Amino acid sequence: MQLVSATGECALQLDANEQAMLDGAHGGAAQWALAMQVEVGRFFGAERMVPVTCAHMMGDMEVMGEAGLELLRTWADKEARFRVPITTNARCVDFAAAERLLQDPAMVRKERELIGCLRAIGVMQTDTCINYQTVYQPHFGEHVAWGDTGTVIYANSVLGARSNFESGPAAFAAGLTGRTPCYGFHETGCRRGTVLVEVTAKLEDLADWGALGAAVGRACDDYWQVPVLDGIRTAPSPDQLKHLGASLASYGSLAMFHMAGVTPEARTLDEAFQGKQPERVVLVDQAALDAVFASYPADRPEVDLVVLTGPQLSLFELRLVSELLDGRRVHANTQLIVTTNRQNFAAARELGHIEAIERAGGLVLVGVCFYLMAPGEMRERFGWQNVLTNSAKLANIIGGYRYWPIFRRTRECIEAAVAGRLEA
Amino acid sequence: MSATLPEALLVLEGPPGFGPAVEGEALVTGDAFSPRYDLDRATGEISRRGHRAEGQNVRDRILVVTTSKGGVAAGWAFYDLKCRGLAPKALICRSTNSVFVQGCVLANIPILHRLTPDPLSALRTGDRVRVEPQRGRVLVLERASSR
Repeated sequence: MQLVSATGECALQLDANEQAMLDGAHGGAAQWALAMQVEVGRFFGAERMVPVTCAHMMGDMEVMGEAGLELLRTWADKEARFRVPITTNARCVDFAAAERLLQDPAMVRKERELIGCLRAIGVMQTDTCINYQTVYQPHFGEHVAWGDTGTVIYANSVLGARSNFESGPAAFAAGLTGRTPCYGFHETGCRRGTVLVEVTAKLEDLADWGALGAAVGRACDDYWQVPVLDGIRTAPSPDQLKHLGASLASYGSLAMFHMAGVTPEARTLDEAFQGKQPERVVLVDQAALDAVFASYPADRPEVDLVVLTGPQLSLFELRLVSELLDGRRVHANTQLIVTTNRQNFAAARELGHIEAIERAGGLVLVGVCFYLMAPGEMRERFGWQNVLTNSAKLANIIGGYRYWPIFRRTRECIEAAVAGRLEA
Repeated sequence: MSATLPEALLVLEGPPGFGPAVEGEALVTGDAFSPRYDLDRATGEISRRGHRAEGQNVRDRILVVTTSKGGVAAGWAFYDLKCRGLAPKALICRSTNSVFVQGCVLANIPILHRLTPDPLSALRTGDRVRVEPQRGRVLVLERASSR
């Protein structure tokens, strides 16, 4: 079928199967989902749909609300089923810790029901924002439909897979139809580097990589920009690329970056720019990196809360935290919260890292990310005012919940958790 | 030509957007926007300290922003806001990412982007505007200062 746009141009072409889906031959859920996708595709000038191998979906009570839950109830009752595997992103409740964190019992109850609906439809409950480290690694050129943004930028940039930011309902729709509109980062042209970033700053701690993402994201805050990082001397670890990507996506709403000599579509600078010239050049020197940290100054020496999250911690990060804390005690006036997923929690427990963090008084949460947990309500209930973190992404987000964010390197965060205060 | 055109003080044009035509009062902010980063979703008030529209309520306004900020939250959040009567009446972005469009489609909130002249300089908070997504245009019906 041809959907004719208001200006009379022929737009999105559906194949016979898709047309049947849109006509309701594959059930109400697929029909509803494809109709939404057609609208989104039309908006961005997509000419066709593209099959996807899997979807990764953000869906929890805090962001969906009663309205979203009602929608899921409807589709669960109508026995909607997915065509491709769909996994879930981090959510708002770790049921084992909900009471201790004084989370609203009504939200906790509804979150349980929401998970029940997702499972009834056939969703694989993975509850992780680091699916690319623990659950599913798409190959080069593979089309997927992923959200949260940290998963998308990692898939596009580091793995060479192809996805737009697919928010909760969009990933849900892609799971139901097995396809997504072909526009944006599914197309080679959109993946072309647009901005050259010359990096001379020293990158050591994970927070340095997050700060780099913040500096670049602030300079190119547009989904359709693709920065190309050059000049980085050290070979980055997956966790460093994870913090870089999550931060770029958070500060710039960026879905893709290249790193010359590191990422697969940037074996050379020329390849990253697809033979064209960059639109502009951005320099990130040590002063630019320092300025990111300086943009999150402490409001006072005492620290109420230290949170390591956003993205969830890898096994390597959990080991680092446990080593920094080994045999020490988190200060009585400070709460330390760490989040990870089930796979890493199990592995870290086996290796003794969870016990080391808990023995020090830290709280390790599973399947959640801190900023999803209705943090504004927790702030009021615990009287927290400031939050110290090594996550540039969390520092960027948490201000909306009226916390005072302080952004520092990992060791400084742990030292402050133990001392109860930041050293001047 | 539409009968409403002669009455418009200014017309902004661009590619077709999504959603039905609506009229309302503009809330223009030179900042990017995210319902997670910037909004108190319990009240519809922009809650981020230092946001150029801090303290303003988005409810029933034609929200005009530079671009979509941050992550995927808007996908569900616009629908939730709409069902609780707190959603903006329409969204106009200088340029939007996929998430705002997905969220607006689910919530049936009109959205447009890439208009000329630039809505951030052409529109002012308090202007009465008509948004016609299918025709890819926004009409300024009444200026804030003249009301």
